[in-house]
Amino acid sequence: MSPLALSRYTATSCLGAGLAATRAALAAGRSGLTPCDFETVALDTWIGRVAGVEEVALPPQLAAYDCRNNRLALLGLQQDGFLDAARAAVARYGAHRVAVLLGTSTSGILETELAYRQRDPATGALPPGFDYRGTHNIYSVAEFTRELTGARGPAWVSSTACSSSAKVFASAARLIEAGLVDAAIVGGVDSLCLTTLYGFNSLELVAAEPCRPYDAARKGISIGEAAAFALLERPSAAPEGDTVLLLGSGESSDAYHMSSPHPEGRGARQAMEQALASAALEADAIDYINLHGTGTPSNDAAEGKAVQALFGDRVPASSTKGATGHTLGAAGALEAVFGALALADGLIPGSPGTRALDPALALRYECGPRRASLQHVLSNSFGFGGTNCSLLFGRLAAVEGARK
Amino acid sequence: MTLYQPLSAHIAGIGVLGPGLADWAAARAVLAGAPWTPTATPMPAPESLPPAERRRVGNVVRLALAAGLQAVAAGGADAATLATVFASSGGDGANCHAICEALASGDRLISPTRFHNSVNNAASGYWGIATGAQAASTIVSAYDGSFAAGLVEALSQLRASAAPVLLIAYDLPYPEPLGAVRPQGAAFATALLLTPDSHGTQVLPRLALAGFTCCACDSLADPALDALRRDVPAARALPLLARLARGEAGTSVLEYLDGLALAVDVTP
Repeated sequence: MSPLALSRYTATSCLGAGLAATRAALAAGRSGLTPCDFETVALDTWIGRVAGVEEVALPPQLAAYDCRNNRLALLGLQQDGFLDAARAAVARYGAHRVAVLLGTSTSGILETELAYRQRDPATGALPPGFDYRGTHNIYSVAEFTRELTGARGPAWVSSTACSSSAKVFASAARLIEAGLVDAAIVGGVDSLCLTTLYGFNSLELVAAEPCRPYDAARKGISIGEAAAFALLERPSAAPEGDTVLLLGSGESSDAYHMSSPHPEGRGARQAMEQALASAALEADAIDYINLHGTGTPSNDAAEGKAVQALFGDRVPASSTKGATGHTLGAAGALEAVFGALALADGLIPGSPGTRALDPALALRYECGPRRASLQHVLSNSFGFGGTNCSLLFGRLAAVEGARK
Repeated sequence: MTLYQPLSAHIAGIGVLGPGLADWAAARAVLAGAPWTPTATPMPAPESLPPAERRRVGNVVRLALAAGLQAVAAGGADAATLATVFASSGGDGANCHAICEALASGDRLISPTRFHNSVNNAASGYWGIATGAQAASTIVSAYDGSFAAGLVEALSQLRASAAPVLLIAYDLPYPEPLGAVRPQGAAFATALLLTPDSHGTQVLPRLALAGFTCCACDSLADPALDALRRDVPAARALPLLARLARGEAGTSVLEYLDGLALAVDVTP
């Protein structure tokens, strides 16, 4: 694929709102996980909760979109000048030349969960004022972002569980490459809700302690929430040498099981191989892998085997889910931003929570953060239904250097 | 300024399941003017799934799988080799209703199967299990414009990969009380097997994305069929299917987003 610039990007998670707080937490190896205090949830688990979401106020004219997921989206869009950059792109290219492609897994379903507690005792109807389209519907966050930014190009939400917001980077690249748009606002927003907390608990995939990716004693995930966005444009729009580029993407399907990964990591390996091929790079070119690394025994084992098969134990790798929790439909975009920060700052993030590496997963796993000069970074996102996506990022300076 | 070729594809196979519409042959006749009796949408048993999985899936997955397999069979393709794009306004309402009821109850117990079926890509996951397809698979949603979004994603994937892409769009009515806040009149699914080339001597119909337009989208002359189009997001594909059914060259304008309809040139 033709490289695309991430001309602006931002992330908001339990590590903090915006890049400054995110950078500081990653550099310090800090975790934002806390004991679960969400809503009325009575589960023995830890969560990655974003502070201040409840206080976010939507513009009055967009009140129909008011729900936790869109409040988190707005909080995220307001960081690092992202909203202004998106509006500037709309002004520069024309509204119809800017796409909005976002990922989420549960959208604003929390509103429906709460509304089901207030059903009319006689008719069973949901309470008056409940706005399905603005909140629960899968597309809501893209429609809301379109309204906020003024973008009027093609838009959709991809909801492929925990690969959702990685896949939108690949979709956006295809739209730009086909000449349908000049820029795309991509990202992921997923917020805490009862469906995922009680649902993952029903599958016995939720850890009672902060999650410990790739640890021999890992016991499951910690669920988090996040909003992360990137503005994708052709590199000529952002000619700075430290610009981060999307260089490749790979997508595959396990075709194996709804909630368990292929035990050998077949689909994970295919996604990583395709990402390398689409960037025309060999495995040796990768300097850091941000693993999917959820902290469940089977996920980390499958991904670990796939990484080992392709990269051996040469490439530094870590999962940042011990820092943020598993932010599900937002994880792809959040970790794309972590990959961009790793390239821009020369920082390999660590893996808070991981104490003793699983000896069966012989990777070069990085438990603590450290400085390193990075040229190419791979980011993995895999989800229920056997959906896999790998994104490959690089620095503009590295790409230009290779061409000279 | 780079000049771009319009996104285009040949249609190697079509699947349709809707009220009184068991397949593309039935839909083609109705869309070409034959009488229509909108009986309940058939829900074929998911025979393509292993027995253990069959009893776990709801009507959303049954409908999506059946429509997709119709298109694959019509195109004489091997499903295991195909990339897929699923398009739906909102996924499995019945499953969502059961989960929300459980969460509003005292014990909040959700069945593990209900939970993994709650992901919006459930049909995509079961499609992989049923067919063994390991290629890329995604699902896109854009409220009433979900079919158009799926067509844009499928055509741009086909352009990038130069390989066939199977588009499967589906929507089913929600149970109450969700049905009252998101009415959808009937269960409807359609699938298009899109290929880069017209293979062999067979002349296949061709689609080309003419662009985005603010023009009003096409409606159907038959009021009952047009009601189906308006009542079900996936049935927003009907003007395109009607043109194909009648073998009429021209441009179909399909509903997408506010102020942005999708113009598709059709060469039967």
